[in-house]
Amino acid sequence: MTTRANLIILGLIALALIGLPFILKPYGIFVLSMWAVMSIAALGLNLTLGYAGQISLAQASFFGIGAYTVALLGPLGVPFPLAFLAGGILCFLIGWVLGYPALRVQHHYLAFVTLAFTTLVFLVFRNEEWLTGGIYGVSGIKRPVFFGWSTTKAPDFYFFTLGMLALFSFFVWWMIRSPWGRAFIALRENPVRALSLGVDTRRYTLMAFAIGSALGGFAGGLYAPLVQFIEPNAFALGLSLNILLMVIVGGAGFFAGPFLGALISVLLPEWLRATEGFYLLAYAVLVMVLMAFCPTGLMGLVEKAGLALKRRTKLSEAKAP
Amino acid sequence: MASFIQLLISGLATGAIYALVAVGFTLLWQTSQTINFAQGEFVMIPAFFVLASMKYLGLGFWPAATLGLIISVLVLGLLFKRIIVDPILKHGVLPLVISTIAFSLFLKEAAKEFYSAQAQPFPPLVEAADVTIFGAAVATQSLVVLGIAILTVGGLQYLLNGTRLGRAMQATAQNPNVARILGIPVERMILLTFMINAGLVAIASILISPIYLAKFTNGETLGLAAFIAAIVGGFNQVRGAIIGGLVLGVVDNMSAAYLSAQYRGALPLFILIAVILFRPQGLLGRAEERTV
Repeated sequence: MTTRANLIILGLIALALIGLPFILKPYGIFVLSMWAVMSIAALGLNLTLGYAGQISLAQASFFGIGAYTVALLGPLGVPFPLAFLAGGILCFLIGWVLGYPALRVQHHYLAFVTLAFTTLVFLVFRNEEWLTGGIYGVSGIKRPVFFGWSTTKAPDFYFFTLGMLALFSFFVWWMIRSPWGRAFIALRENPVRALSLGVDTRRYTLMAFAIGSALGGFAGGLYAPLVQFIEPNAFALGLSLNILLMVIVGGAGFFAGPFLGALISVLLPEWLRATEGFYLLAYAVLVMVLMAFCPTGLMGLVEKAGLALKRRTKLSEAKAP
Repeated sequence: MASFIQLLISGLATGAIYALVAVGFTLLWQTSQTINFAQGEFVMIPAFFVLASMKYLGLGFWPAATLGLIISVLVLGLLFKRIIVDPILKHGVLPLVISTIAFSLFLKEAAKEFYSAQAQPFPPLVEAADVTIFGAAVATQSLVVLGIAILTVGGLQYLLNGTRLGRAMQATAQNPNVARILGIPVERMILLTFMINAGLVAIASILISPIYLAKFTNGETLGLAAFIAAIVGGFNQVRGAIIGGLVLGVVDNMSAAYLSAQYRGALPLFILIAVILFRPQGLLGRAEERTV
């Protein structure tokens, strides 16, 4: 696809995202805001998984840590932007500390270490009642006010999350095009060769993991004021698996993958609400079929279709006299 | 002292069940590099096969348990291998991991939608009674569980080490190419390990469900226990998984009684993290040299 076509598609999507809240009901706007929040979390995991090639099941913990930071600092009088930043930075640091020893072991071992981490963090959320309110959670989380602009109403908060999504997307887009990002990709494609070319494999993997964790924390920081009530079960292993599936279904390693994956994961339950619990069965089957036929996810499918189309046009051009 | 013995024996009983599940898990890894993230749900689901056979076919407990075992071997062994694993295996480890995660979601939702979201009582293998050992009252249930688990593992060990078939399976695990050259039907051996795994989880399911009740969410804790047992003991060793399972069961029970009931799940996780960081090949495992 040409740059121009890409820009046109991007412009249309942006227009739709800005226009939609004017025609949707409040619940629809809530779902759309949820998509934006989940996209940020998936964007972060895509850095770890898609670009650095490491399976992490810790994203739910970082999401939870960000959410609890915002929820608990708010009532203490800390302004939202500071609490939000604190959540992200805390996750960056925890990601660094966890990743430093954990990245000695890779692949499935890392998956198990991060799985253990998620379960431990869940236990802390549930048991440390003095801090997190235990199973009763934290309720009445306020939405922020910026210079007189209150985001209490659904459309206002949606525009705020959309703005943050745009900001983080731009940051990630810039990052994977920087020499840094190229090193990530080199790492995923061929770690041995990357190492021989002088890429400090371990430092870059660690950096990808920590930045991905920070994005998880930022997503959580937006989630707390969006739902206004948080409790430990929301940040259990299920969420980690869900975010992982978003990245894979969308297409790990594709820039647009997490957005698409989050869209499916957030919208599918809404569309298939009439079927009650069966949508999860359908979703599970979809993932299994996708893995069997196109393990690179939906974006991989799009890419394949694009290539096939190109080949066909070339063929017909060649045939024409 | 009496309560210590009680805790030890009930811990060993739970640990023996974990060991069965972990052994199956390592078998799949050894023969086909399958990391089965649905292993916990594999233990959850056979109990529902048994309950459904009793409820809809009106069978007694033992015929239903036998039927449940057969269905499990077919569905979780044969069909799982043919329909889910085979088409994905060629894409590598990661897509298969994702697919088994999706399959675990599928099994969980299926149990919830088609049977019940409520915890179901499951018939015990023996009447509740206590026997006294060294002054401690021990539930016969624990002893029966321990006995069946030991027999199963013993039988498996005999199969793997004492028979020609088992040696062929080991050869397949160690080096599929050479095994094929030697005329071993590698594909059939791999399929066989999947069916053995299904049999092991079905036995584990029948042993553990009277204690935990049959519930669709059981797989989460059981799966984690199996991973921990397999990794702590050593991913590439059947012996390791047995030791890992037993250690985990005892540690779990003891920490709940002597440390903190709220954080009973935490100690095994710390052990897991410590083992992965300092001895990634596991307590009994050999360091694995694989080409990148």
